[in-house]
Amino acid sequence: MAITLTENAAKHVENFIAKRGKGVGLRIGVRTSGCSGMAYKLEFADELASDDLQFVSHGVTVLVDPKSLSYIDGMELDYTREGLNEGFKFNNPNVKNQCGCGESFGV
Amino acid sequence: MALLQISEPGLSTLPHQHRLAVGIDLGTTNSLVATVRNGISVVLNDENGRAMLPSVVRYLADGSIAVGEAAQAMQSEDAANTIVSVKRFMGRGLKDVGEISRLPYRFADAASPFATSGGSGQGGMLQLRTVAGVKSPVEVSAEILKVLRSRAEAALGGELVGAVITVPAYFDDAQRQATKDAAKLAGLNVLRLLNEPTAAAIAYGLDNAAEGIYAVYDLGGGTFDISILRLSRGVFEVLAANGDSALGGDDFDQRIHCWLLEKNHLSALGPQDTRLLLTHARAAKEQLTEHAETRITAVLSNGEVIDNVLTRSEFHTLSQNLVQHTLQPLRRALRDAKLGVADIKGVVMVGGATRMPQVQHAVEEFFGQTPLTNLDPDKVVALGAAIQANLLAGNRSGDEWLLLDVIPLSLGIETMGGLAEKIIPRNSTIPTARAQEFTTYKDGQTAMSIHVVQGERELVSDCRSLAKFELRGIPAMVAGAARIRVTFQVDADGLLNVSAREMGSGVEAAVAVKPSYGLSDGEITRMLQESTQHAQDDMHARALREQQTEAEQLLEAVQHALEQDGKLLDQAERTRIETQMGLLRDTLQLADHLAIKRAATALNDATVSFAQARMDKSVAHVLTGKNIAELGEK
Repeated sequence: MAITLTENAAKHVENFIAKRGKGVGLRIGVRTSGCSGMAYKLEFADELASDDLQFVSHGVTVLVDPKSLSYIDGMELDYTREGLNEGFKFNNPNVKNQCGCGESFGV
Repeated sequence: MALLQISEPGLSTLPHQHRLAVGIDLGTTNSLVATVRNGISVVLNDENGRAMLPSVVRYLADGSIAVGEAAQAMQSEDAANTIVSVKRFMGRGLKDVGEISRLPYRFADAASPFATSGGSGQGGMLQLRTVAGVKSPVEVSAEILKVLRSRAEAALGGELVGAVITVPAYFDDAQRQATKDAAKLAGLNVLRLLNEPTAAAIAYGLDNAAEGIYAVYDLGGGTFDISILRLSRGVFEVLAANGDSALGGDDFDQRIHCWLLEKNHLSALGPQDTRLLLTHARAAKEQLTEHAETRITAVLSNGEVIDNVLTRSEFHTLSQNLVQHTLQPLRRALRDAKLGVADIKGVVMVGGATRMPQVQHAVEEFFGQTPLTNLDPDKVVALGAAIQANLLAGNRSGDEWLLLDVIPLSLGIETMGGLAEKIIPRNSTIPTARAQEFTTYKDGQTAMSIHVVQGERELVSDCRSLAKFELRGIPAMVAGAARIRVTFQVDADGLLNVSAREMGSGVEAAVAVKPSYGLSDGEITRMLQESTQHAQDDMHARALREQQTEAEQLLEAVQHALEQDGKLLDQAERTRIETQMGLLRDTLQLADHLAIKRAATALNDATVSFAQARMDKSVAHVLTGKNIAELGEK
């Protein structure tokens, strides 16, 4: 049971939080929406919810609500650059199918 | 898969709903594009990591166009076809631009067929003859914007929802319209034109501060602008603007260049050597920002070697009157705004030339406070524009932002059953655009009536009807198969555009309305109050229905009792009960739940002794024929 960040992703998250000036970590979750059923949620976290599961990866605290975890357990979050575009990439072993752009997925 | 960005808590966008928006600083010398990424405003670089795009466009004989560094490099070789500082010509006629003879361009006069669309063409904007034909400043600017747009789309990985483009505070309507036209030509949707000093103030987050008056000191490559802004309730107002359109960082280079000529006893040099020395002068100027002295070495075309050391204090002496020169417009701006130095709450520095220590020092001395310099002065305008663009595109951040115009009442359309479906909720900031998909209700339905309504109530009959139009030509399909996308768009002026498009066939219909037209503040307030009263009405209706049901049950029970045990009552008592029953039946007709309650209570009271008698009778009935012993055993 874990969510991990690559070293590069962790570095960028730390950077973003530092520039933002506040935040206790990164919140990752899923929501039901989008064309393949589920969509990722990637947000700054300002506070802990009582049932949050916490993971620490390369010094970054990752918060996941227990309901979301079953869909994304074992996932690795990476930060990559594709051409001029850069951002976070989810490597989720639970995904069975996803829509063309990969923003929404099914399990 | 797609690359995601971190959102503010609770504000993750839904898939396919990222609204990519950029801020563009369309400068006289350089242009930049910025966006908000992971909650932070950043400038987007090109493939080579350069943020600044020189605002230079070169038209070639083969019809191709070079923009930026490539064009700048050919500036002296192909001066007539290489347009620099086109911003000075935007929305201007020949007579507005002084000293045309000194410019290397071939001007064509206004009455050309290339006059731009919109109001700017009528004023007679000047035209430039190039090898690729006659070009208007709008077309030249559009080339710069196209490059920035494709840079942004490549960096963000999607089509842009829109852009905020900055313009000098002193730009008039014609110049602003020309800028908008250029954006349109470049395929950009202009969310808003933003004043450059305002953008700089936003980048520094001054809009989050309390009220106050700020000065923005903008010393660019070739222009100097000073603006006095007043922030009140989140909105910036330009109180005064002043400046010098022929004073900038380049003049400082010129001073060093002259100093070099003097030191080395050189007289008029050829264009190549002049360029060489100016480049070195510029490098020396930049060096002196960080270092106390710098060494300038160059070899001229005739083999002569230049080798001089310039100290910071020497440079300060050389450029002293240039710096002093900027203080004159400053005083004028303050005087225009009828303000003193003490009224200024903060000073924002914009433009690369404000990096020079002597400039910062002079500004600090003038205002008696340290100016804001921690953001890159070259990028600060673009950064602020990006923040504004992000906001206008609907990617709202949790913090308090600029107070913007909002939609006073929700806008929506009528759906089956006379219900109002809200598409743009009230209090949305404008401009805004939302779309929703609807479908057909019957098999083979080929037309759909779109009824645009405004209001907070659930029923269309309670809302205000704004417009009705029909989408015809929907291909016959089974019910629910057609996909009709209804888009609501409200622009900055509050103008609503509603369009409906059948996604399969592409048939389209649209209507434009002004939602606030004819609605006074009082009427809006009334419509809002009605929506809260509506909730009370519902509550009343429900209470009435409940009382009625209860009373009917009571009447039935009493009637039943009278039929069974009527003989227990004397005539007077029976009449009293029957009178109360009649009264209750009458009040049932009235829509007053309190009256019904009162009548029901009265009937209840009237039947107390009757109920008592019935109780006694049934007890007696149970006890009859049983002896004491039997009862005792129980």
